[in-house]
Amino acid sequence: MMLTEITLGQYFPGNSFVHRLDPRTKILATIIYIIAIFFAETPLSYGILTAFAALVILISRLPWLLVLKALKPIWIIVILTMFIHMFTAPGEHVIWSWKFLNVTQEGLDLGLKMAVRLILLLLFSSVLTFTTSPIVLTDGIENLLRPFKAVGVPAHELAMMMTIALRFIPTLLEETDRIMKAQTARGADFANGNMLQRLKNMLPLLVPLFISAFRRADELAVAMEARCYRGGEGRTRMHELAYGGGDYVALALVLALAVGLAVLRWGKLCGLSS
Amino acid sequence: MSIKLSNIYHTYSKGTPFERLALQDVSVAIAKGEIVAIIGHTGSGKSTLVQHLNGLLKPDKGTATIDDMDITAKGQQAKAARQQVGMVFQYPEHQIFAETVFEDIAFGPRNKGFNEEEVAKAVREAMEFVGLDYDTFAERSPFQLSGGQMRRVAIAGVVAMNPDYLVLDEPSAGLDPRSRNAVFREIMALHKSRGIAIVLVTHSMEEAVKYANRMLVINGGQVLFDGEPAAIFKEHGDELVQVGVDVPQVYKLADLLRHKGMSLPEGIKDEMALVKAIKQAKGWK
Ligand SMILES: Nc1ncnc2c1ncn2[C@@H]1O[C@H](COP(=O)(O)OP(=O)(O)OP(=O)(O)O)[C@@H](O)[C@H]1O
Ligand SMILES: [Mg+2]
Repeated sequence: MMLTEITLGQYFPGNSFVHRLDPRTKILATIIYIIAIFFAETPLSYGILTAFAALVILISRLPWLLVLKALKPIWIIVILTMFIHMFTAPGEHVIWSWKFLNVTQEGLDLGLKMAVRLILLLLFSSVLTFTTSPIVLTDGIENLLRPFKAVGVPAHELAMMMTIALRFIPTLLEETDRIMKAQTARGADFANGNMLQRLKNMLPLLVPLFISAFRRADELAVAMEARCYRGGEGRTRMHELAYGGGDYVALALVLALAVGLAVLRWGKLCGLSS
Repeated sequence: MSIKLSNIYHTYSKGTPFERLALQDVSVAIAKGEIVAIIGHTGSGKSTLVQHLNGLLKPDKGTATIDDMDITAKGQQAKAARQQVGMVFQYPEHQIFAETVFEDIAFGPRNKGFNEEEVAKAVREAMEFVGLDYDTFAERSPFQLSGGQMRRVAIAGVVAMNPDYLVLDEPSAGLDPRSRNAVFREIMALHKSRGIAIVLVTHSMEEAVKYANRMLVINGGQVLFDGEPAAIFKEHGDELVQVGVDVPQVYKLADLLRHKGMSLPEGIKDEMALVKAIKQAKGWK
């Protein structure tokens, strides 16, 4: 596999309803959805959450395979979390035991629940990054952080740093690919050997990579200053963000989902549902 | 002795919206001792093509072999075959990493399993070839050299592996004319003394005509023409312009003069030859 083919956090261009939403809407919706995940308790509420995520993926017209591929880097964490919960959660109904290991019904439930939560969380946030170009995404973050400027959050600087970092990730991956190829052609071996050996084998890759990163940073700083960049003070932008009708609909839907799940969980206590 | 690519296809970023067919149905054989220039418009697939010559890229379809050995196969034998092909990338100085020039050039030979004595010999010879004085430069830090010198260190790093084939992807990009000529002079000397086959990717038609005895014109991921440079420029001049490749100035001028009725011989390769031919035709001293 080539390094440039990593899918997690990569923009997948398109023109669906989800793609066209304001980035702020998508960020807020993702946060609300994540909160809603922690409201869920019963299989019914998990069903609703899953259906909602599936619907959003469907509307965004992303290939299913691509979205599922985004799960690849974390499936180990998911399984690990599940097992840890399964074996360590306290509970009475032992359904399986071996030596000192006990799996209880409660543990199994909790383990499955955590796994589903993690998967939903990742699926939903990967839809955010798949449907929003990085530049637009940072615009949205900057905009959402602006109110916190009063308490000292450097919104513009943070956003600029993120934009630059995001802008250079593909470039650095490409560079890595190129240098790796060049050293491979000189007989370098990045895959074999023990830990120490491998670390040493990485030097012919890391040294040129750092040098080129510093060179690029230097060039970028000069280029930005040459174009009179002086920080965020009084900067105007080419594309102003603006909410449209679709944004209100989308936000209303996610809010409804969160409220619905909250009612499902706590409604009984307040006597709202039977 | 030859490298053979047979009906190879290559697609980048398969299965994403960035998918791009970079090579389609390319078949090329490069024999030992040849000097092959590869030209074509930006993005036509030249770099993709040459990276198949030593297994850095694997074809989606088709085969790549060196002396009937599959280049892309696993195992020591295939690796040894791949290492017969030295590869100098665009801006090769960006791959330099070691503390001294000697150590950097020695990297390839050591990986190839040379013992220290052979390594020292290979480094010394390679530095001589690219015109870097051993006593002056061997112990210096490569990062304190000029751009042209760094490029020579990088080329020496590949030459020191004693390859049978040497692939150079725009070795003269970003160099001043004098270093450019020097680099080519050294490459040609290498070809002469060791009989190495040279594959040269270039944007300069002048370089292609001057140094190569065979030329591949790539367009849209396919081989458009394959033959003697002078013959291709003569027979397909108009088509070349259409695919964004220019005919060398010397050829244009010579053609123009022929049209005007001057009798000039065929096979004029550079300015000096043209000047000589004109003098002769006109009977000037
Ligand atoms: N790593 C990559 N991922 C995706 N597409 C690529 C990659 N490398 C090259 N391409 C695409 O494949 C095509 C051929 O690229 P290639 O680098 O072989 O062109 P080239 O002829 O060497 O161009 P140049 O003269 O500019 O070096 C181009 O359209 C390019 O955009
Ligand atoms: Mg190229």
